[in-house]
Amino acid sequence: MPCGAGPAPLLSGDTMRHRTFFWFFLPTGLAMIFFIALPIISIVTQSMFAPHEAVLKTVENCGPFKCEEVTVIDQEATADLRASSPLGRFVGFDIYLDRGHLATAEVRDAWRNTPAMGAFFQALGNLPFYRAMAFTLTYTFVCTPALIVLGLMIALAVNSLHRRLRGLTIFFSLLPMIVTPLVGSLILFWMIDSRGVLGNLISFLADDPGLSLKASTPLMWISLIIYGIWSSAPFAFVVFYAGLQTLPKDQIESAQIDGATRWQQVRFVVIPHLMPLVTFVALIQIMDNFRVFEPIIGFAAEAHARSLSWIIFNDLGGETRQLSAASATSALTVIGVTVLLSPVLVRTWRDFRGKI
Amino acid sequence: MRLLKILATGTAIVTLGADAAMAACGISSGRVSIVGNEFPAIRQVGAGAMACAGDSVDVKTNLTADHQKINVAGMSAYPAEYTSAIIANSSIVALMNEDLIRPLDDLVARHGTRLKENQLITINEQVMAVAFMANAQHLTYRADVLEAAGVDVPTTYEEMLAAAMKIREMGLMENPVGGAYKAGWNLAQEFNNMFIGYGGAHFKDGTAEPNINSEAGVKALEMMKALSEYMNPDFLTHDSNATNAEFRAGNVAIMNMWGSRSAAMLDADGIPQAVQDGFAIAGPMTVGGGDIPASTLWWDGWTVAKNISDEDAEATFLALMNAIDPSILSDEEVGKLAVWLIDGYQPTDAAKGVFAAAEMGTTPYPMLPYMGLLHTALGTELTDFMQGKESAEQALTDVEAAYVAAAKEKGFLQ
Repeated sequence: MPCGAGPAPLLSGDTMRHRTFFWFFLPTGLAMIFFIALPIISIVTQSMFAPHEAVLKTVENCGPFKCEEVTVIDQEATADLRASSPLGRFVGFDIYLDRGHLATAEVRDAWRNTPAMGAFFQALGNLPFYRAMAFTLTYTFVCTPALIVLGLMIALAVNSLHRRLRGLTIFFSLLPMIVTPLVGSLILFWMIDSRGVLGNLISFLADDPGLSLKASTPLMWISLIIYGIWSSAPFAFVVFYAGLQTLPKDQIESAQIDGATRWQQVRFVVIPHLMPLVTFVALIQIMDNFRVFEPIIGFAAEAHARSLSWIIFNDLGGETRQLSAASATSALTVIGVTVLLSPVLVRTWRDFRGKI
Repeated sequence: MRLLKILATGTAIVTLGADAAMAACGISSGRVSIVGNEFPAIRQVGAGAMACAGDSVDVKTNLTADHQKINVAGMSAYPAEYTSAIIANSSIVALMNEDLIRPLDDLVARHGTRLKENQLITINEQVMAVAFMANAQHLTYRADVLEAAGVDVPTTYEEMLAAAMKIREMGLMENPVGGAYKAGWNLAQEFNNMFIGYGGAHFKDGTAEPNINSEAGVKALEMMKALSEYMNPDFLTHDSNATNAEFRAGNVAIMNMWGSRSAAMLDADGIPQAVQDGFAIAGPMTVGGGDIPASTLWWDGWTVAKNISDEDAEATFLALMNAIDPSILSDEEVGKLAVWLIDGYQPTDAAKGVFAAAEMGTTPYPMLPYMGLLHTALGTELTDFMQGKESAEQALTDVEAAYVAAAKEKGFLQ
C-alpha cells in the first residue's frame, strides 16, 4: 500500500513515527546485521588476507616404510608470525585477480596472443572462473524462464481440475521440491547412467550403444538443466496457484462474455494478474540458479560443468583448504547475484520513489 | 624392507594383551570423538574405540569419505570437536600445516609401550601419529578372463593395455579396464601413480616449484588416456566404489585398485559365480620400463588433537589403543580386513598385493606441506585432457598455473 494513501497514521509527529519504525524494524534489522551483513564483511575481509608466507624446515620423518628427509612447516616460527598479525598478510585484491578468479593477467595475454575471437573464448573457457560462469549463466537463463512457464502450466492445469482431485495432484506436483536436492539428483544420476533406465533408453533411441550421457558435455548440461527445471518448477507452481485463487471472477466472466478463447483469457487476464508473482519467482529463481551446486555434486558432473558454488566447495574440500580463495569466490558470487538482480531492484526502487 | 621384517617378527609375539583388552580400556573419564575415512578396516577401529564408552566416557565416531573436508575445521577450535582424526600419510599434512595435532611421546611412554617401532610416525623426533595399517594400489584382475584371452598376468601397464586390447578383440568384454578415474582426488591419484612410475618428481628439488610439466607428465597422461579407451565411457564419474561395483558385476577384468578393498571384494550379494572364482590380485605394475611401480605406499593411522584438554587426549589415546589392540586379530575376519601393522598380524592372501608393493620398493605418497594443493589442482585440471578437449602439455600447464595460484595464496611460493 502506498504510504500516503492509507488511513490517518495512529501516531502523529515525525519523531514518534521514527521511533515506532525503529522498534518495529529492530528485530529484523538485528537479524540482517548478524546473518547477512556480518558474514559478508567476514568473507570480504578473509578474501583480502592470505595465510602468512610459510616458514619451511627440513626434518627427519620416519614411518612404517622408511625414514626420509621431508619439508614441514616450522610451527614455532609460524606461531610468531600468526601472533603478530592474526589475520594473515594483507593482499588486497590480489586473490580476486589471480588465475583462480578473474585471472586478469591470463585474460590480457589471451587477448593479445590469440588471433581470432574463437580462440580467445577457448582460452577464456580454460580459466576456472570463466568456465564456471559460462555454465552458471546458461543454467540460470535457461532454467528460470523454463520453470516459470512450466510452473504456470501446472498451476493452470491443476486449477481447472475438479476440487476433489486437486489435493492429491498438488501433493504429487510438489514432490520434486520435497525431495532433498542431493537425493533427487542422485536418483536421476543413476537413471541416466549408461546402465540405468534412462541411459539405456536414450542409447537405444539414438541407436548408439556407446552413447553415454555422463561422458558428453552437452548431454550433461542438458541433464543438469532438466533437473533444475524439474526440481524448481513446483515452487513456481505453488506461487502461481496461490495467485490464481485471487483471480477476480468478474473479469474472467466478462472476458468469456466478450467471446475470449481460453488462450486469450490466459494471455490477457490471468498473466497480467500474475505478473507481480512472475517477477517474484524470477527474482528468487535467478538467485537460486546462480548458486547451482547440488546437481553438480549429485551428477558427479565436475568434469563437464562447474559453478561458482562448486569452486568454493572444491577450494574448501582439498586436503589443504584455501579459505581466501573460497572467500573471494563467495564475494564474486554476491556481486554476480547483485548484477543479475539489478534491473529488477532498480525498477522496485523507482516504483518506491514514485509512490512517495 | 623394513615393513616386511617387522611384520614378520611381529607374528612371533601373538596375543599379548588379549585378556586385558575387554576391561574398560583404563579410561576413568573424558571425551573421545573420532573423525576418519570410511572403509572396512577403519570401521573396525572406530568400533574398537566405541567399545570404551561408559558412564563417564563419551565416545563418538564420524566416519565418512569426506573426512578430510571436515577434520581441519573440526579440530581448529578450542576445545576441538574431534579429539582424534584417523588419517593417512597424505592427510596428516593438512593437520600438521595448521598445527592441530599434538606430539604423542608422553602418552606413548605411559600407555603405548606395546606399540611397535614402525607404528610410530616420527616427524622431527616427535611421535605425531600411530599407524595401524599399510595400503597401496595394485593389480586386481579376473584370472578366468585373462586365461580365456590367453594372456599372462600383466606386470606392466603396457601389458595391461595389450591384454585389454586382446580381451576386447575376442569379444570377452567391451570395456575390460577398470579405474577410479573420477574427476577430483581419484583422477589426480592415478596421475600421481603413473607419473612416479615414469620416474617423475612432483616438485623441483627442495622447493615448492611444480615439476610435472615434463616428459614423464606427458607420458603419464598419454598412458592414462590409452587405458581410458578401454574403460566404461563414464569413467570420469567412477570412484573406487563405482569401479569395484563394475568389477563385481563382471564388467571389468583388470584394474589398479586399493589393497584395502581386496578382502571385501567378494562380500556383496549377487556377485556372479565367474567373478567369485576368477577374482585374483597381484603386485603393482610398472610402466615405461621403469623399476619403481606406478603406485604409492600408504599408511593409515590416528592422531590426537592439540586443542583439547590433557584428560580428553589421554582418553582418546587409550580408546584408540584399545581399538588397535593385538587381540582384535584373534578374529580371523578382522585379520583379513587390512595389512595391519599391529603386533601379531599374519598376512592373508588379500594382503599379498600390498606386500608385493612394499617389496618392489614402491614410493610412499609424498608428505609435503604443498602436495595437497598440487593434488587438488591435478584433480580439477586434468579432466579436459581426459575428454580429449586439450593436449597433455596444455593440461599440465593448466595444472601448474592452478597450483602456483593456490601456492601463492597459501604462502608457499612468492
